[in-house]
Amino acid sequence: MYGNDFSAPGDAPDDMPGAGLLGEVEAAEAELRAAAARERRGGPAPDEDLAAYFTEVVDAEQKIEPRDWMPEAYRRTLIRQIAQHAHSEIIGMQPEGNWISRAPSLKRKAILLAKVQDEAGHGLYLYAAAETLGISRDELVQLLLDGKQKYSSIFNYPTLTWADVGAIGWLVDGAAIVNQVPLCRCSYGPYARAMIRVCKEESFHQRQGYEILHTLAHGTPEQQAMAQDAVDRWWYPSLAMFGPPDGDSTHSTQSMAWKIKRFSNDDLRQRFVDMCVQQAEILGLRIPDDGLRWNEERRAYDYTQPDYDELMQVIKGNGPCNRERMAHRRAAHADGAWVREAAAAYAAKRADKREKVAA
Amino acid sequence: MNGPFAFALGLGDDALIAAQRLAEWTTRAPEMEEDIALANIALDQLGAARLLLSYAGELEAAGRDEDALAYLRDDREFLNALLVELPNGDFAVTMAKLFFLAAYQLPLYTALASCPDERLAAIGAKARKESAYHLDHGALWVRRLGDGTEESHRRMQDAVDHVWPYTHELFAADPAAPVDPAGLRAAFDETVGPVLAEATLTRPERGWAPTGGRKGVHTEHLSYLLAEMQVLHRAHPGAQW
Repeated sequence: MYGNDFSAPGDAPDDMPGAGLLGEVEAAEAELRAAAARERRGGPAPDEDLAAYFTEVVDAEQKIEPRDWMPEAYRRTLIRQIAQHAHSEIIGMQPEGNWISRAPSLKRKAILLAKVQDEAGHGLYLYAAAETLGISRDELVQLLLDGKQKYSSIFNYPTLTWADVGAIGWLVDGAAIVNQVPLCRCSYGPYARAMIRVCKEESFHQRQGYEILHTLAHGTPEQQAMAQDAVDRWWYPSLAMFGPPDGDSTHSTQSMAWKIKRFSNDDLRQRFVDMCVQQAEILGLRIPDDGLRWNEERRAYDYTQPDYDELMQVIKGNGPCNRERMAHRRAAHADGAWVREAAAAYAAKRADKREKVAA
Repeated sequence: MNGPFAFALGLGDDALIAAQRLAEWTTRAPEMEEDIALANIALDQLGAARLLLSYAGELEAAGRDEDALAYLRDDREFLNALLVELPNGDFAVTMAKLFFLAAYQLPLYTALASCPDERLAAIGAKARKESAYHLDHGALWVRRLGDGTEESHRRMQDAVDHVWPYTHELFAADPAAPVDPAGLRAAFDETVGPVLAEATLTRPERGWAPTGGRKGVHTEHLSYLLAEMQVLHRAHPGAQW
C-alpha cells in the first residue's frame, strides 16, 4: 500500500529511473520459470562425475539448487557474496534510518519508514537464501559483528541532510539495482529468486529517492543547494560501489565462469553512468564531473573514475562512519540479548507444558 | 478546547507521537523480525495519525492540513495522552506502552466504527483491525518477558509499574465526545488483567494518576520529541517536500 504514495514527478512512467531495468528483472523471472519447466535430467547417474554434471547444469542455464552437489569454492563464494549482501541491507538501514525522526512531512516519514523496513525484510530474505548453503543466520550475524565479513562500503558515509536520503535512493539504490539485476540470472536458484524479489522493491526505492531530489531541485534555493550538495557527495562513492577496476578485481573471473556474475565491474559502472546522465538532466542537477562527455565512438559517456584509494581505505575500516555503524549494530545486538533469552526461555516452558499435558 | 476538533486532534496526536516513539526502535530492535514488526506498528499509527489530523484540520476549517498540525504546533498545543510521549526505555517499557495503548485503542476504534460521524466511523473501522494486531503483539511480548527469565520478569514488572499510572488518563470522562473514553475502561481491564496474570505479573494498585495531556500540559519529554520531529520542516517555512 505504501507504494501508492509514489507519484511520478511529471514524467511519463517509461522515463522513470529503473523502468528498463525492471523489464530485465521480469525477463529474468520468465527465464527462471522456463528453466524450471525445462525438465533437468533427473540428477547425475550413479557413477557420473559430479563436477561434470554441475558444469553441464550451469552451462545449460539451468539452476543449481540446495540439494545439488556443488564445488566447495562455489559454495563458499556464494555464502560470502549473499552474506555480504544481507549485511549490507541490515547496516544500510542506519544511514537512512537517521532521518526517519526528522522527515519533513508525514508522507515522507511514512515512505522512508516503509523503505527502511523493506531493507530489513531484504536482509532476512537474503540470510534465508544463504542458509540454504549450510550456514545459519546466527553464524553469519556473528561473522559481521566480529568484523570477519564485510558489508557495502557505501554505508560508511554519513547522511548529513534530508537530501542525502534522496541521493541514496537515486544513486545508491540505482547502483545497487544495476549491480543486482544481472544476479536475477545467477546460477544458484535461491539467490536468483531472492534477487528478483529484492530488485522489484529496490526500483520503488530508487523512485522515491529520485522523487525527493526532483522535489528539492524544483523547490526553494536552499532546497536546490541541499540537493546539489548531496549529489556532489554521493556521486563518486556510488561509482565505487561497483568495486575496483576489472584489472584489480580478485573474485571476478571464476564468478563469471560459474554464472554467479554476468558482467564486469567496469561494464556495470559504465551502464550506471549512462543511465544517470539523462536522469540528472531531468532532475536539473549537475553530476560533479568535468570530464563527463558523450563519446560517439564508444556510444557511451566518458567519465572520471572514483578514487579507488579512498575505496580501499573505507573497505579497511577507515571510512567516516565504519566505527559508528558497527558500534550501533553491536549495541543493538547486545542490548537485545536479554529479550532473545527471555523468548527462548518462554518457548521452552511452553513446550514443557505441552509435553506434560500430552503425557 | 473541546468538541469534535479537539477529540480528533487528541486521537491523532496519540497516534502520531506513538509512531514517532516506535520508529525510534528502527535499527535497534532485539531481533530483525522485531525491527520489522515495530516499524509495521509505527506505520499503522502514522497512517491513523494522518487520517485523524487531516480530518481535524477540516473540522477546524482554518486551512491547516496534517503537516501544519504535526509540524507547526508547540507542545502546549498537543493533546495526546502522556503515555505515548514517555521515552521508550528498555524493550519491556516499550512493550508495556504498546500493550496498554492497544488495549485502549482497540475498544476505542471499535466504538468509533459505529458512531454517527461517518468520517470517524471509517477511520475507526480501518484502525481497529490494526489495533487488534498491535494488541496481540504487545500481549505476546508481555507474556514472554513476564514468564521468561528472572531478568526479563524483573524488567517487565518494573515496566508495568512505571507505565501503569499513565493508563488512567486514557479513560478520563468526556461525555460530549463521539465515544466517551470512560466507557472503555471495563474492556481495557478485561483485556489487561488475564494477560498480566498469565505473564506472572502483578497488576499495580491504583495510586498516582498523572494527567494533563488532553489539555496540553505534558511531561518534559514531549518538547524534545517535537524539537527533533519538527526541526527540518520549520527550518524551511513554506517549502514543499
